[in-house]
Amino acid sequence: MSISKVKFGVVVFPGSNCDHDAYHATKHVLHQDAEFLWHKDTDLKNSDVIILPGGFSYGDYLRTGAIARFSPIMNEVINFANNGGVVIGICNGFQVLCESGLLPGVLMRNESLLFACKHVSVRVEHNDSRFTSKHKAGDIISIPIAHGDGNYFAEPDIILSLEENQQILFRYSDSNGKISSEANPNGSVNNIAGIMNKNRNVMGMMPHPERACELELGSSDGKKIFESIINSFVLQTV
Amino acid sequence: MYLSTITISLRPSILDVQGKAVELGIHTLGLSAVSNVRIGKSIHMNVEASSEDEAKRITEEACKKLLANTVMEDFSFTVKKV
Repeated sequence: MSISKVKFGVVVFPGSNCDHDAYHATKHVLHQDAEFLWHKDTDLKNSDVIILPGGFSYGDYLRTGAIARFSPIMNEVINFANNGGVVIGICNGFQVLCESGLLPGVLMRNESLLFACKHVSVRVEHNDSRFTSKHKAGDIISIPIAHGDGNYFAEPDIILSLEENQQILFRYSDSNGKISSEANPNGSVNNIAGIMNKNRNVMGMMPHPERACELELGSSDGKKIFESIINSFVLQTV
Repeated sequence: MYLSTITISLRPSILDVQGKAVELGIHTLGLSAVSNVRIGKSIHMNVEASSEDEAKRITEEACKKLLANTVMEDFSFTVKKV
């Protein structure tokens, strides 16, 4: 079925603070449909893509994302994802995806114990995904991070399978694409900044592409990620 | 009624950076005898149950499904009739 615009549903948890950024980027910059979905709702309102935005859902109490995953809307999001629906989690949204089991692993406290808030270089690992198709493998993009718990960890066998299945989409690098511990802002295993699930319809990343869609904000490098997602739907030519 | 006392800590294989930082502080105090500082959480909760076994079962379910993330954390608990 072809559609004229992709509809992004942006979930709003108590404590989300990048929900408006995601809404703005998809609706006003990329000219798609966007709608907020309150965490107590149980209706995804015919969204084509669900965004779990950044922020501090439930005050990050207990663990980041731990309580948000029990919000009523998450049952719908999990069903949607398990039926092939496209879901992306950014920063706190990535943490929620890991807590809910839609993505493997966990985001631990940054190794430095400091909140990291800066633009970082991120290397796009490959373009064989609906999240990176508009990129070239090895593209270096500049996107901001803003997190205290972004230290991605999973058991070695999980990391191995992520590597083998090409599920790692983004890694922290230097501006030349070199992967090093100096370029790793939080201690993540193998400099992992973003991954997708095995079925390739759920993606989580710590950097904020929605905050890097306009040059006025310092970078528009995040735009291609959304353009890739939009491109994965068959759009009606008007 | 039962009182569950739960301890959650990072798994031994996981570097506890917070514990390391606190250990450094303790050493700065001059207490060089201290090592292997690990930081965790302590959760206390009342559980309405008809037996100790039931209280344990409820506590374990809460730990596994919410209170601990077993990818990085271990948990243990005691249950006491109150």
